Amino acid sequence: MTTTTPLAGKTATKPPVTEPPAPFLERFRVPGAFLLGALLLLGIAPLVLSDFRLSLLAKYLCYAIVAVGVSLAWGRGGLLVLGQGVFFGLGGYAMAMHLKLADAAVTGQTLPDFMQLYGTGDALPWWWKPFADPVFALAATVLLPMAVAALLGFFVFRRRVKGAYFAILSQALAAAFAIWLVGQQANTGGTNGLTDIQGFFGYALDDPVNQRMVYVVVAAVLLVLMAAARQLFVSRYGELLVAVRDSEERVRFLGYDPANVKLVAYVVAAGMAGLAGALFVPAVGIISPALIGVVPSIGFVIGAAVGGRASLLGAVLGAIAVAWTQSTLSDAYPAAWTYLQGLLFVVAVGFLPGGLASLVTVLRRKRRTHNPATEGAA
Amino acid sequence: MTVVLNQSFTGISIGAVLLLIALGLTLTFGQMGVINMAHGEFIMAGAYTTYVLQQSVSGAGVSLLVALPLAFLVAGAMGALLEWLLIRRLYTRPLDTLLVTWGVSLMLQQLARDVFGAPNVQTTAPDLLTGHITVGGVTLAGNRLFILGLALLCVLALTLILRLTPLGRRIRAVVQNRDLAEVSGIATGRVDRTTFFIGSGLAGVAGVALTLVGPIGPTMGTNYIVDAFLVVVVGGIAQLKGSVITAFALGVLQSVLEYSTTVSVAKVVVLVAIVVFLQWRPQGLYTLRTRSLA
Repeated sequence: MTTTTPLAGKTATKPPVTEPPAPFLERFRVPGAFLLGALLLLGIAPLVLSDFRLSLLAKYLCYAIVAVGVSLAWGRGGLLVLGQGVFFGLGGYAMAMHLKLADAAVTGQTLPDFMQLYGTGDALPWWWKPFADPVFALAATVLLPMAVAALLGFFVFRRRVKGAYFAILSQALAAAFAIWLVGQQANTGGTNGLTDIQGFFGYALDDPVNQRMVYVVVAAVLLVLMAAARQLFVSRYGELLVAVRDSEERVRFLGYDPANVKLVAYVVAAGMAGLAGALFVPAVGIISPALIGVVPSIGFVIGAAVGGRASLLGAVLGAIAVAWTQSTLSDAYPAAWTYLQGLLFVVAVGFLPGGLASLVTVLRRKRRTHNPATEGAA
Repeated sequence: MTVVLNQSFTGISIGAVLLLIALGLTLTFGQMGVINMAHGEFIMAGAYTTYVLQQSVSGAGVSLLVALPLAFLVAGAMGALLEWLLIRRLYTRPLDTLLVTWGVSLMLQQLARDVFGAPNVQTTAPDLLTGHITVGGVTLAGNRLFILGLALLCVLALTLILRLTPLGRRIRAVVQNRDLAEVSGIATGRVDRTTFFIGSGLAGVAGVALTLVGPIGPTMGTNYIVDAFLVVVVGGIAQLKGSVITAFALGVLQSVLEYSTTVSVAKVVVLVAIVVFLQWRPQGLYTLRTRSLA
């Protein structure tokens, strides 16, 4: 708003200090903030934080990567994605399957440890076999979630199933996936999930140096995805996506197909969640149905809601803050954490839909409306 | 043949449970376009009402009969309170309401955990319902028959209310065209609250029924809620019969698939079937025919 030309009568009384900032500085605001974030995450955090705290931060950053996708699909596209856990899980399981196979190969076995416990036969299931190849597994962590999202999204958006209907379907997908994983104990580890992962492409994960390396990879991926999402937000596609969110019919009348616009956002968000899941496995050392079912899937949304769903930085910071609060509170006071989580949903979504990112704007508007001077003038 | 009939009866009884839960949802979702995630916790409230009542009333049969209206009132009051406190402020933002009510459901679950403890509790079923009767080789469990009867009774009562009473006429008017109803002099706010009371109360009744077939615990609502939502999505919101048909269809499909494959595969196949079905009827089985684009 500061760049628009003010009315002549009003500017006359204003001192020159309130002149809009120079466009030169404005151009460097976003890259500057980005560089500052990169410096904090990659430069300062590894120096000041202990190994333990750093690996916790790696976990939070994985949730932040999911939040980047949530911000795109939900914040900008209006698609309430309640099933991001599915894509997080697909990426996580794809990575964990490869790492388990690699671990088994190191000790000279053909089967991962849990299969020797529960398995009915000696042979590896056919759909496990390709995951022994690192290139296939890495590609699958991103492409598999994107393919599932594309399939569901294509059929759902094509028939203009939207709003709460879409939210419910995405949630049902999370429920079905978690139940399927639990049911296939011999092939997926069931409720336990895939645990006890030793190595990460030849690096031992119990070595603190390698844990730091994993952190750096997670942080770098987050920064790259944030930059990519930012470009997407300001692109023509980003504007189209917001237009679809705000008035789908109008976009259709303008000659665009909203189904395709939504599909792209959903698929990209799924790919990001898949990548986050894949990084979660080496960072935390486990992937299990309890991390990806209905409840954690909604949990992926709350961080973005608290920070500000439509603001990329807000969503990321919100996700990190919520994850940090959760791990700080939930061990010592599990009851308090659940109440707080519920309250966060009610307050953040119900009363501050723009999230904390909009707090300043909302307060400023409130103060302006309550200011007797301006009320009298109007 | 007997196997088929037995599985069909299992499916129908699963469907009856789904129906009891989905009835209230159809009402509240149809009314305000609001998906109430706390619906599952109203089920839980109904179940705990039965449990508390059984601690004080000795006879299982008497306490069950008293529990039905009491659970309706308890859950209904909770629903009306929720509507008054939160939902009515948000009804222009239905997707946000979904998340807000999810927050409420988390808090209610924790409240149940703090009050009644985290482990599941049990109630004793009346002797009349613990037995079973056999008709032509098909075993019909008493508790399942009771739930089926209760579900059908609720459908009947709700249909009568919606068709014949002035309240029902007002509810239908608001569902069909909120703005037109409002300018015609219907106090839509009051109708909303009444609808929420009835819809949530039905969840309480469902909770009483569920005590007959499973344990009572803080997370019991979440186990059923996703399936109940799917019933509403497939059935459509315009008419109750959409939910009735869908609930029984999904119940039978689920039990037949569970019999021929496994529980986990059945869930996935049911979901795929639903997505395929929505290709044909994207707004559900029964929809309101309007000229609006949305």
